[in-house]
Amino acid sequence: MLILSNIDRTFNKATVNEKKALVDISLRLDPGDFVTVIGGNGAGKSTLLNLIAGVHRCDRGSVALDGEDITHLPEYRRAKYLGRVFQDPMRGTAGDMNIDENLAMAKRRGSVRTLRWGISRAEREEYREKLGTLGLGLEDRLGTKVGLLSGGQRQALTLIMATLKKPKLLLLDEHTAALDPKTAEIVLRQTNEIVSGKGLTTLMVTHNMSHAIKYGNRIIMMNGGKILFDISGGEKKNLKVEDLLERFKVSQGQELDNDRMLLA
Amino acid sequence: MGDFFNLIRAWHGAVAEGIIWSVMTLGVYITFRILDFPDLSVDGSFVTGGAVAAMFVAYLNVNPFLALLASLAAGMLCGLITGFINTKMKIPGILSGIITMTALYSINFRIMNNSSTVALIGTNTVDVVVRDFFRGISAVNAQLIIGGVLALALIAFLYWFFGTELGSSIRATGNNPHMARSLGINTDSTVMVALMLSNGLVALSGGVFAHVQGSSSLSSGPGTIAIGLASVIIGEVVLGKKLGFILRLSAMVVGTVIYRLIFATVLFAGLKATDMKLISALVVCFALYLPTARKRFVSWQTRKRGRVPQLGLVPDAVMEDIIDGSDKDPDEPNLHD
Repeated sequence: MLILSNIDRTFNKATVNEKKALVDISLRLDPGDFVTVIGGNGAGKSTLLNLIAGVHRCDRGSVALDGEDITHLPEYRRAKYLGRVFQDPMRGTAGDMNIDENLAMAKRRGSVRTLRWGISRAEREEYREKLGTLGLGLEDRLGTKVGLLSGGQRQALTLIMATLKKPKLLLLDEHTAALDPKTAEIVLRQTNEIVSGKGLTTLMVTHNMSHAIKYGNRIIMMNGGKILFDISGGEKKNLKVEDLLERFKVSQGQELDNDRMLLA
Repeated sequence: MGDFFNLIRAWHGAVAEGIIWSVMTLGVYITFRILDFPDLSVDGSFVTGGAVAAMFVAYLNVNPFLALLASLAAGMLCGLITGFINTKMKIPGILSGIITMTALYSINFRIMNNSSTVALIGTNTVDVVVRDFFRGISAVNAQLIIGGVLALALIAFLYWFFGTELGSSIRATGNNPHMARSLGINTDSTVMVALMLSNGLVALSGGVFAHVQGSSSLSSGPGTIAIGLASVIIGEVVLGKKLGFILRLSAMVVGTVIYRLIFATVLFAGLKATDMKLISALVVCFALYLPTARKRFVSWQTRKRGRVPQLGLVPDAVMEDIIDGSDKDPDEPNLHD
């Protein structure tokens, strides 16, 4: 489904702030893979997702999605294939626009915006139904401005928006990191239901090791812009946090000393 | 008593002028509020519209309505240039506007046949046509008819346009460009379309204004943006921002008319016409300062009394309505960039 080949990405090249964000990354996702990506700050997780989404371009290497080379496609044209949810709940929705207007724009992801009316009556029914599955009461508030919703509600809405038109690849960039633990659990459960319900190929970045272990069929750990290991199948099912720490130690020759990951 | 009637007459004219200028305010509203792009090119495109409308009737003897259509087109071209400079050459919005505005000063001079004013005495302008059609109405009433029809038609058009898929994508671009791109919206294109629409309306307003005033002049340009912003803010303060879209657009007409009424009154009280730009500047400056002033006031009160005060003098809703984003803390790092 997704093939990344030998990707390099360096920020602020040839300055004192030079940062090798990704170093020779190669990755292959099969259709239906639900991959969790874990790693500390600066490991390159978000850069990897942004690179696939077209926010950043790679210095070297190529990105192919479902057989199409999208390495040089601008962000707005890749959007046709990608569903995205961001860490910042403000980022995935337009706060000054209504819930139904946001959904209507998501439904038109990848199609040319015409002078037809932006939203139809039939669509509203569909949205009401979809929002009903969240159980947050949003189905009765279609005309409410998204800016009035809580962070968790906004993330749940963004999740619906990202999957309203079935994406070839769903990119989740620490989408529960800004939420309180209880809301984060709810959004994660919804994520899991949608992903397994639709059989979406998914790449989920998280800094929470137990989340990374609990969800998905495959786990990737990154550090210093490289993929340290890639565990799937039965081994992934029986994985424990201690195993992750041990494997980190073995591959890096040092203890994992990232508070954010250890405390989560 | 004579003074009183003179003031009423001045107000009558001010209402008519205000409605014509409201077309410009609608243009400024599109960039300033919907696109979140403070576009200074309107200082140039307003004159471009006037110059084109004047030259088309005075020298080319074109039908005045076609001349206004040409103003609209010329304004759209100005907007396209600003949009190109901003999106393709990656120059910040304010600078893009200044660049276009500066270039237009020279271009407008050339359009007007190397002169700083063009007089339209005895030419076939829109108001002449309208006055011929409705026999015997006064010049001011002709202006009211022209401005009124235009403003109503444009409010209807903008209401429709911003409800379409394209219009929604422009609103999304102004509201959250990251989200817009992630949903497949080409934000470069939406910025350009919005700037074209905005400058087209500003130039159209400039064209009508030149016709009814009987002249086009280079000096009418500078300060257009401040007048437009002042009118937008006055409209929002008077009618509030928590209205439906059609009423928010109508508020722009109300705001501009009130601005012109203040203008007429100030002139009547003996100030010079040129003082009005200072007043517009102060209105805009004060209105944009209010959210910060409010925050300072609240923190000062909290420090003094150890509690959050009730703001009695100005209702909170009005304070919050004055500008968009007043709920955003200016000191807070912007998560969206």
